[in-house]
Amino acid sequence: MSFNFATDAAHLSSASRPIERVASDNSARVVTYALRLGDDALIAAQRMGQWIAAAPQLEEDVALGNLALDLLGQARALLTYAGQREGAGRGEDALAYFRDERDFLNAQIFELPNGDFGRTVARLLVTSAYQVELYTRLEHSADETLAAVAAKAVKEVDYHRDHATQWTLRLGDGTTGSRQRMQAGLEAIWPHVGELFESDDLVRALAGEGLAVDPDDLIEPSMAYVDSILSEATLARPQVSVQHTGGRRGIHTEHMGYLLAEMQYVARSHPGAQW
Amino acid sequence: MTSGVGVPAGTPRNAYAQNAPQDLTAAGGHGAVPTSGVPTQDAPDAAARRDWPLWEVFVRAKRGLSHMHVGSLHAPDAQMALRNARDLYTRRQEGVSIWVVPAQLVTASSPDEKDAFFDPAGDKVYRHPTFYVVPDGVEHL
Repeated sequence: MSFNFATDAAHLSSASRPIERVASDNSARVVTYALRLGDDALIAAQRMGQWIAAAPQLEEDVALGNLALDLLGQARALLTYAGQREGAGRGEDALAYFRDERDFLNAQIFELPNGDFGRTVARLLVTSAYQVELYTRLEHSADETLAAVAAKAVKEVDYHRDHATQWTLRLGDGTTGSRQRMQAGLEAIWPHVGELFESDDLVRALAGEGLAVDPDDLIEPSMAYVDSILSEATLARPQVSVQHTGGRRGIHTEHMGYLLAEMQYVARSHPGAQW
Repeated sequence: MTSGVGVPAGTPRNAYAQNAPQDLTAAGGHGAVPTSGVPTQDAPDAAARRDWPLWEVFVRAKRGLSHMHVGSLHAPDAQMALRNARDLYTRRQEGVSIWVVPAQLVTASSPDEKDAFFDPAGDKVYRHPTFYVVPDGVEHL
């Protein structure tokens, strides 16, 4: 399968971002790559955490909280490593709480609002299917730290995928109402799915050296899994004509600023606070 | 309390509501918003939540030990119960195996039968292995 990216994204990439200017040697590329994966996990954790005390059931509250903590753990490891490789003295907290919107490199799908439970499950199904394929391969990275993070993460995202699968099957093949919501959730997130599998020179260069995984290679296995679940759940894969992109270059949706404001508020109000 | 306004029975009504006409509806009864003949979203959630059955959870802490009852939870079916149990009761590596059992399938002894069931064992000390010398190094006896 393929995704058609919006051509209007071209002008957005012309701005020279600091992170791209320093991407001349391998270390800078690894920093950017670790930030992309780390920001994916961090923003996903923040969104997932918003379900706590608001999930359909107390049991689901805890389940989603667990997933959020898994993702936060991945984010911490990846951001810490990015800070180390960058060598500018920025730790995980500096990277999480004191970067601005344009410096975050997560794919946009992670920052989209949760919507209802159906939409949250739809997003989790697609993103975890992608992450399972990603971390399964990244486990064999020539970069020891990335490989170690991936080895730990793969078991976690495997469970996330299972959780999303169980709910997709029950909601999709459930009542008329649950099926409608599940399908609507898929329709809402689908214009942002393609970006997960978007490749660029940076990641191709790293992949060529066995350090990173080219997202382009993940489309087929990830979508094969998603399609098999959708079909079992009597749901249809949405047909969309345009795919949004830009997150890997710091271009975000209008929802990102609000998310960051909530996430970064305490750290910025009380810099250096410990507890 | 009338149904359909999303307020649980027993919720204290405010002063305005107490003085308002008894046919007060969710929109406040001021007439600006039509409150009848409006298609409303059915709210199966509350009923669906109540319908989730209760499951008893048993966790085996490690190989060689038995499954122990650790608590209960709600889940729509057995597979989800197993997953909820994993998330609720094994977050801190408490177990290597989980059983879930529908709570309604548990047959329990009644408190009324307590005397007949349990008291007769009280004076039979010879049923305890207190008359044997336990060899050194034997655990879990």
